[in-house]
Amino acid sequence: MEKIDTSFFAKEREAELSVVGESVQRADARGHVTGRTQFYEDVTFPNTLHLKMVRSTRHHALIKGIDTEAAMKVPGVVRILTHKDVPNNWYTILKLIGVGPDDEPVLPEDRVLFMGEQICAVLAETPQAALEAARRVVVDYEDLPPVFDVEAAMTSTPFKKDGTNYFVYEGHNCRRIRFGDVEKGFAEADHVIEHRYESSPIEHAPTETTGCTAKPEGNGRITIYSNTQALYFTLDNMALILGVPFNKLRLVGGTVGGGFGGKVDVIVEPIAALGAMLTNRPVKYAYSRAEEMQVSSPRAAERIYIKDGVMKDGRIIARKITLYVDAGAYCRHSTYGTTKAAAHMPGPYTIPNVHVDAYCVYTNRTPSSAMRGFGVTIGDFALESQMDQIARFLDMDPMELRLLNAYRDGDMKAHRKKVDGAALVEVIQAAARQTGKQLAPRFAKMSSMTREG
Amino acid sequence: MARLKGRGVAAVNYPTGMNLGGDPSQALIHATTTGSFVITLSSVDLGQGIKTVGAQIAAETLGVPYESVMIDTADTDTGPHCMGTFASRGTHRIGNAIMMAAKEAREVMMCVAATELEVDAGDLVTDGKGRIHVNGAPDKGIAVLDVALAAHFKHGKTISGRGMYLKPKSEVVPETGEMDPDSCQAHACTIAEVEVDDETGDVTVLKMTNAYEIGRAMNPALAHQQIVGGAWMGISHALYETTEPYYPNRAHGPLDFSEYLMPGPGDIAEMDSVIIERPSSNGPYGAKGIGEMTANSPIPAIANAIFDACGVRVTSMPITPEKILRGLDALRGNPN
Repeated sequence: MEKIDTSFFAKEREAELSVVGESVQRADARGHVTGRTQFYEDVTFPNTLHLKMVRSTRHHALIKGIDTEAAMKVPGVVRILTHKDVPNNWYTILKLIGVGPDDEPVLPEDRVLFMGEQICAVLAETPQAALEAARRVVVDYEDLPPVFDVEAAMTSTPFKKDGTNYFVYEGHNCRRIRFGDVEKGFAEADHVIEHRYESSPIEHAPTETTGCTAKPEGNGRITIYSNTQALYFTLDNMALILGVPFNKLRLVGGTVGGGFGGKVDVIVEPIAALGAMLTNRPVKYAYSRAEEMQVSSPRAAERIYIKDGVMKDGRIIARKITLYVDAGAYCRHSTYGTTKAAAHMPGPYTIPNVHVDAYCVYTNRTPSSAMRGFGVTIGDFALESQMDQIARFLDMDPMELRLLNAYRDGDMKAHRKKVDGAALVEVIQAAARQTGKQLAPRFAKMSSMTREG
Repeated sequence: MARLKGRGVAAVNYPTGMNLGGDPSQALIHATTTGSFVITLSSVDLGQGIKTVGAQIAAETLGVPYESVMIDTADTDTGPHCMGTFASRGTHRIGNAIMMAAKEAREVMMCVAATELEVDAGDLVTDGKGRIHVNGAPDKGIAVLDVALAAHFKHGKTISGRGMYLKPKSEVVPETGEMDPDSCQAHACTIAEVEVDDETGDVTVLKMTNAYEIGRAMNPALAHQQIVGGAWMGISHALYETTEPYYPNRAHGPLDFSEYLMPGPGDIAEMDSVIIERPSSNGPYGAKGIGEMTANSPIPAIANAIFDACGVRVTSMPITPEKILRGLDALRGNPN
């Protein structure tokens, strides 16, 4: 099962460790498989209210009116929250690390920017009553034209509260990487190979859907039992939205039924805590599976153009990348993921001329956000498909093409960080060894630790 | 009609951590009078195993049995600050904080043990089984539990430690993109073998051979599970998943697992995975993060294997039977 090949980097491995490096049993395995692990939903309180959301049925529309009269008549309904109830309605998750502007309302005011956007929150004695009341809320819309394509969005009418349909990075319309001179590289190259790659949004599909229970305490504080991936990130954003001191809030969690990046956004906690503050009762807000799949942030769809200048012998001497991240309607973590995507280019290869324009673009699709491999997974699909296309074009072995261009210790990456601890060469050699593939002698003895060979 | 076999390769790197906003985590550790050590965190275990790996790192540093280390997480009233579980940062950041805290606690523990044994602390070693003894003289020793009791009831000392790891914020130079966004890079290479049915466009992933370099593997079984789970996710991402099956029409989005296509247990490919270790210069015991990267080489390896099998290059994910059949039609000169 767990094979470790210690023949690589033998001199750098510390020889004797006792517990580290042992396959001790996962601490929570028995609890998980016997159903004894306590998740946030296992902590229940009497008198809890259930929150269900009225959601936009339009991709992009003005809200001309919200009629809650019929909903309030449903037995068991206690209160319906709208944007007027939210102390600081506009936020952006990454403002904690200095990202702005606040581009997302907790609950929208005069317009919705994507289908499924939360509009108002029904609090009721039972989940059934909350659902029934949510169905009876009548929202009067005036449809506006939606934009679903990143490149169309770049040039179409801005649809956000403020600013452009793309995130502005310190005065630039994209995150830039500039290294060497790609145009000169293309001019000197034997071949120029250019392709376009694209992906679709996907769902994190955790076993446990996103949710929380907010409970008012006797001392004026609120405890939030949550399955967030980041307790303090959630706490800090909540305090800013709710306009309360940070120390009025306590987050309890730590055991999560799958995250994959889907529980890094801060969506359910502020509104549940607001409900708890306004009713002085515990409030539970848990996504249904449908909400998890269609409303919670997916992995961003990306579109990536790669243009490579390649020599006959396989050396890539220039790589230009134009990359569009579809952030959907709101920023969330996408600006960060776009920078991560830019930093990842041009992949684990040493290319002397690199030019990257990575755009974080707003459309009327579901807002995307963090997901396992954030900013990198789709880039790797594009980069490694491109490497295969180059190898085919030159009729070269695909492993040897990669080894020829592989980054090694001491090389300079395109974002001007010196490579150390490289091991791309060795994982390719190890994979070749596993499959019984013979690499040419030059590549079989290559090492990440030296530029020789 | 035929079932066409092909093989594809892909190789990737992946950053550990992402400090464009500054990236701190803290850990506190203390010995109880029951012989245990409790590590207090506000970090989240998503199932990836930080509770397990954190306890291993503490046990290694303290020199005590793994079973005597408890992880108490996550509560913002009791646990010190953690940025969160993302960016493949947990083992590296939290592990470093735990290691630092454990070093401080170990120092007090060894000092109290030295007083109890009336020897120099520098002559003492831990046996990893719950005892501290004079190096080379296993009989001249004391149980860790007795040290904890003596510290509390006789010497008025807490055996405790504070741990902190911070990778400071890296500002990006807007013109050039110069930045220092991560701590180290892990690496992977996948060779995928597939079979393409040229009548239905259906793809079966037959086998995946993976080689990973993740610094030092803290727990090889957990690392292996990440590799296998991520490879499954890669198959799913490459061939099945989308929340918008008819994009740019956004209708008919799946609402549950009967509509959202994913491979089932029978679709998991045979796996042969190996880990090689190049310890990082800045991770605890050389660890790098493996959490996020494990779907990344499988996806393009599958795409490349499909091309190898049938000559169709699909450049948009997911690679559905429809796209493959349209590609085959185009190769045969048939109108789509």
